[in-house]
Amino acid sequence: MQQIAIVAFSQSDCLARAGAANEVELIMPQLQAVYAQVGIDNAQDVDFVCSGSCDYLQGAAFAFVAGVDALGAVPPIKESHVEMDAAWALYEAVLKIRMGHADSALLYGFAKSSSGELPIVLSQQLDPYYLAPLWVDTVSLAALQARLLLESGLASERDMAEVVARSRRNALDNPHARLSGSVSVDELLAEDLFVSPLRRADCAPVADGAAAMIICTVEKAREWGVPYALLSGIDHRIETHNLGMRDLTDSVSTRLAARAAGVEDGPVEVAELYAPFSHQEIILSRALELGDDTRVNPSGGVFAGNLMMASGLSRVGEVFRRIAAGEIRRGVAHATSGPCLQHNLVAVLESAS
Amino acid sequence: MADTADTITGIECPVYLQYHFTAGRAPARFLTRIKEGVLSGQRCPRCSNVYIPPRGSCPACGVPTEEEVELPDKGTVQSFTVVAIPIPNNPIKPPFVVANLVLDGANISFIHLLSECENSEVRIGQRVQAVWKPREEWGYAMDNIRYFRPIDEPDVPVAQIGKLPVTGREG
Amino acid sequence: MSTLAAVVGIGQTQYKTRRGDVSIAGLVREAAVNALQDAGLEWDDIEAVILGKAPDMFEGVIMPESYLTDALGCNGKPMLRVHTAGSVGGSTALVAASHVQSGSFKRVLTVTFEKQSESNAMWALSTPQPFSVHLNAGAGGYFAPIIREYMRRSGAPRDVGIKVAVKDRLHGARNPLAHLQLPNITMQEVEESMMLWDPLRFLEACPSSDGACAMVIAAEELVHESPKPPAWIRGVAMRSEPTMYAGRDEVNPQAGRDCAADVYRQAGITDPRRDLDCAEVYVPFSWYEPMWLENLGFAAQGEGWKLTMAGATSLDEGGDIPWNCSGGVLSSNPIGASGMIRFAEAARQVRGDAGAHQVPGAKLALGHAYGGGAQFFAMWVVGADKP
Repeated sequence: MQQIAIVAFSQSDCLARAGAANEVELIMPQLQAVYAQVGIDNAQDVDFVCSGSCDYLQGAAFAFVAGVDALGAVPPIKESHVEMDAAWALYEAVLKIRMGHADSALLYGFAKSSSGELPIVLSQQLDPYYLAPLWVDTVSLAALQARLLLESGLASERDMAEVVARSRRNALDNPHARLSGSVSVDELLAEDLFVSPLRRADCAPVADGAAAMIICTVEKAREWGVPYALLSGIDHRIETHNLGMRDLTDSVSTRLAARAAGVEDGPVEVAELYAPFSHQEIILSRALELGDDTRVNPSGGVFAGNLMMASGLSRVGEVFRRIAAGEIRRGVAHATSGPCLQHNLVAVLESAS
Repeated sequence: MADTADTITGIECPVYLQYHFTAGRAPARFLTRIKEGVLSGQRCPRCSNVYIPPRGSCPACGVPTEEEVELPDKGTVQSFTVVAIPIPNNPIKPPFVVANLVLDGANISFIHLLSECENSEVRIGQRVQAVWKPREEWGYAMDNIRYFRPIDEPDVPVAQIGKLPVTGREG
Repeated sequence: MSTLAAVVGIGQTQYKTRRGDVSIAGLVREAAVNALQDAGLEWDDIEAVILGKAPDMFEGVIMPESYLTDALGCNGKPMLRVHTAGSVGGSTALVAASHVQSGSFKRVLTVTFEKQSESNAMWALSTPQPFSVHLNAGAGGYFAPIIREYMRRSGAPRDVGIKVAVKDRLHGARNPLAHLQLPNITMQEVEESMMLWDPLRFLEACPSSDGACAMVIAAEELVHESPKPPAWIRGVAMRSEPTMYAGRDEVNPQAGRDCAADVYRQAGITDPRRDLDCAEVYVPFSWYEPMWLENLGFAAQGEGWKLTMAGATSLDEGGDIPWNCSGGVLSSNPIGASGMIRFAEAARQVRGDAGAHQVPGAKLALGHAYGGGAQFFAMWVVGADKP
């Protein structure tokens, strides 16, 4: 099967509000950045383009159509879109390259979720007959999951606070972070409860912005003459929507995806996990069977800023950056979608040398 | 079991979500100018085509557009339809004409109403001009222009629609 | 090189204005179960599910793949959600095919749907935005001026659209799943129907339907496990261009021409009218048949309407290149599924399984979908013979 190389990645600053900028204006700087990294001019110079976004976050149908205006799609291009995080756009593009219909692909994800009340908006992702009419927001659902985790004895509130403290500390080195700093676990634990047992700090700060990536065949990467990371495995799994039927303290779909992606075939030096709530990082680390020798979310993860529809792709991008820079040789990236980690994608990245 | 006649197959369940919509930097600039009664487009630095209303990029070249170009309120009918059904929450009575119009100096059409004319006499290439609302009613909106109406100028040959200079027919 | 793949199962629902008898989950499951049955398979035989639909606002369910996981037997499997506007049904089929053609999966299920009756589609498409005038006269209001420009260019007589409207409804009357059943429709009836967006009349526009369509796509090595003849995927292509740009040809979009050239090259087609036996083409407004006949290379520029008027695209008139034998989008339009129905109906034809709307001996067929402002295109060519 065709080997896939990741050759470029860029993400915007995580902004609480992107102000006046529209989709095109959010996307374009990231596209220009990845073009520059491989030395191409525009989307005409890649064989396939795929994006990830969600209409409801912006509150307008066909939000992604405007995104095409950022590409320079004249003459017409091969282009597709997933109503998911752009990590799944990456997945679609991988299939395209494997089948021999593209040697290179541009991916991007974007959202301006500050336009609406995200936790409420996402409540309409639930079963429309039984759950959505209850308007159960995403924070409350995550809180139910956190409660189960605490009661099961698998984690403590202190463990959750440690995730937050470490993430914020790591984010000090992340120039795009919305939130970073040194805060002690005790300080975090002293904060008021928000949606019990979650404190505000346990919820990753949502951000507006965009991210873009270029992938290609290894031959193409050599032709471009840029450092690259090999995407040695990628898989994703979904599990039942019925929360009552899931063991919410575990992530079975992450385990399945990790096995299929080959996580266990080598050491995991870095893991970038898309955990929008602190307790979910604990669940994911266990599902991925990460040991003490793995650095989790050295970028600060989404606690530096949760770019909706792009955070999954950004996790892959963060691992790519470290491999391309020669910092590490092997890492794992993860993306999630749906309430309480319903749908998970796992990618394994390796150094080419 | 209830009678089949009484079986409920659906309930009304309205969903209200509130958004603070932002148009984008370029459209916001356009809307600011139109509040002053000025039609302002943007020129692509690469292909030199002028877009109005601007969206901040040239869709053909995929590059940001920044140079502003002030355009007249005269233009040409690129195509049109006569709409026979009412638009929800709109006082305009059918049948009315919706046209794709290109302003002089612009290279792309936008949609607006055409009025003060016989619907049967509207044609591709016809020259038109904006009829503005009274100045005190102007807001940040495209409908500061109430509609366009035909003007007494010769039709534009089809091949030249979308290619006229800002000076219009005589330029 | 890509792995050889084929459609081994097709399932559709009844298309109608309102499917009050089923939930959204029930609707997609109906199509999926029909596809599995057609393929002689069980849920466990499916490795991944690829779901497509038009904007979430049509039903008011955000990212419905999350909620539909259970109805589609996807627990523990990969599930991908595609959304490329009106072309999505076609794009979804292509993304599903790529799962197999990439060698990554042996057998996948793909499903598309729309349950327009559960929300107000007109409203969903017209949330007010400040920089455009609120003239949301619907899709017809957008496409009517483009049709008028086609009429000007081609000099086509005004009854071409009427002829297509009748032809596709007569085709639809042969298809028991079609939403509109108008076996006695006449040219006069269409002509006298209300003019909505001049030159488009009520009966020249598509209906609004509930419905779902599903297919099972398998790798060559598993094709024999399904009892019916396969439809081999001979070519796949998609193209996009911006909604508006200076100099864009909206009547004959380059994205459509390029997409067709790409899919024909893969399938070894040099003259589509001669080489293809039939086509299922996305024609939501009658005039799009002559326009797409030209865009897809079945006729020279300005000549598409002559094929229509000569009956070349009519099954009833014994035409040499029947278009939309199922009745097409003009007979059934569950938006998100409409493109996939085109792809699936093309496959039914080459499997010899199209019932009363079968083109005798069809071996090679085109499935086509478009969306947005006629800017997103998806196409495939399927054949009875293994390439």
